[in-house]
Amino acid sequence: MGSLKPADGHASETGFFVTQVDWVVNWGRKNSLWPMPLGLSCCGIELMAMIGPKFDIARFGAEAARFSPRQCDLMVVAGTLTWKMAEAARLIYDQMPDPKWVIAMGVCSSSGGMYDSYSVVQGVDMILPVDLYVPGCPPRPDAVIDAILKLQKKIEREKPFQLLLEGDVVGEYDSGTKRFLRAPNHSVPTTRSHEVLPPTKPGGGHT
Amino acid sequence: MSTQERVVAALAGIQHSLQQPRDGGLSIEIEASVVPQALAALRDRAAFDTNVFVTAIDRFPAEPRFTVCYAFLSTTHNDRVRVQARIPGEKPHIATITHLWPGTAYSERECFDMFGIVFDGHTGLKRLLMPQGYDHFPLRKEFPHQGIEPDRLYREWDQRRRERSPLRSESEA
Repeated sequence: MGSLKPADGHASETGFFVTQVDWVVNWGRKNSLWPMPLGLSCCGIELMAMIGPKFDIARFGAEAARFSPRQCDLMVVAGTLTWKMAEAARLIYDQMPDPKWVIAMGVCSSSGGMYDSYSVVQGVDMILPVDLYVPGCPPRPDAVIDAILKLQKKIEREKPFQLLLEGDVVGEYDSGTKRFLRAPNHSVPTTRSHEVLPPTKPGGGHT
Repeated sequence: MSTQERVVAALAGIQHSLQQPRDGGLSIEIEASVVPQALAALRDRAAFDTNVFVTAIDRFPAEPRFTVCYAFLSTTHNDRVRVQARIPGEKPHIATITHLWPGTAYSERECFDMFGIVFDGHTGLKRLLMPQGYDHFPLRKEFPHQGIEPDRLYREWDQRRRERSPLRSESEA
């Protein structure tokens, strides 16, 4: 990134600005994460503390918690997810616009935790792709802030422009273990990708 | 008049046996067939106006397998009584008491949900905690603690969801 001023002063009085599309897109995404607080049990209390003034995730641009999934791009699964609730959680995830990321907060949502039980999902990666797992029962707000910082690092490494041309990669699901092994590399909407993607091969797709 | 005397007087003509629970409380056992009659007598003649809970105990492999337990509180006398009735493990069923205490509807639903005991005459006997369509009864002794295909209902729902909107998550699964 850099700012240049034309030497002769005729072309522009305001100068211009050079950057990479990837860099500026990622910069915008990582610094304005809007969390969707899926508070299912005691982790939700720590999540509220994190959003509140003492821990204040506004410092990292992630304070705009919205209770409509359609306005959010970071889902924080905070608490014990039961199989009966799993359908609702998956619907909420599907309603979030792409790109979207998921933090599994606490051991319950990471692995089922101490609930080795018939009613509890043994890790939310059984129903949706997870970007970051935060251990703790419940984790301190510091730990979740650390997860948000790590997520920002992860977003920095994404290549939205390249993926826009090559097609998107969504989360990888393993039907043997019934788990999502990998979270998506986000570039473009995965739900309606064939409508927004330009043709990738000559003669293929729409012109 | 002690609680025991009051209960025994109320149950006159109904076969029952007094038990000796270790906590010293008052506990009686009756036949499953006389449950509505005996509990109506406790309510009307011994002033046990509040039902605390209805639940069951699985005594597998003993037979009769299930013990249905009722606990009652008298708010006028400030005392309690417990009632037990044993029922067999094959197609367990017992008469409902929702016509005596409407609030037992939820307790009986939970008991049905967890043990599979059918309460005859209950008008809304369906699952309370477990999802509708679940096949098993979690508090029975033969039920493993990790469950039997706990994700089946979710996976079926997920399959229907994918078929409804195939554009979503197309490369998953």
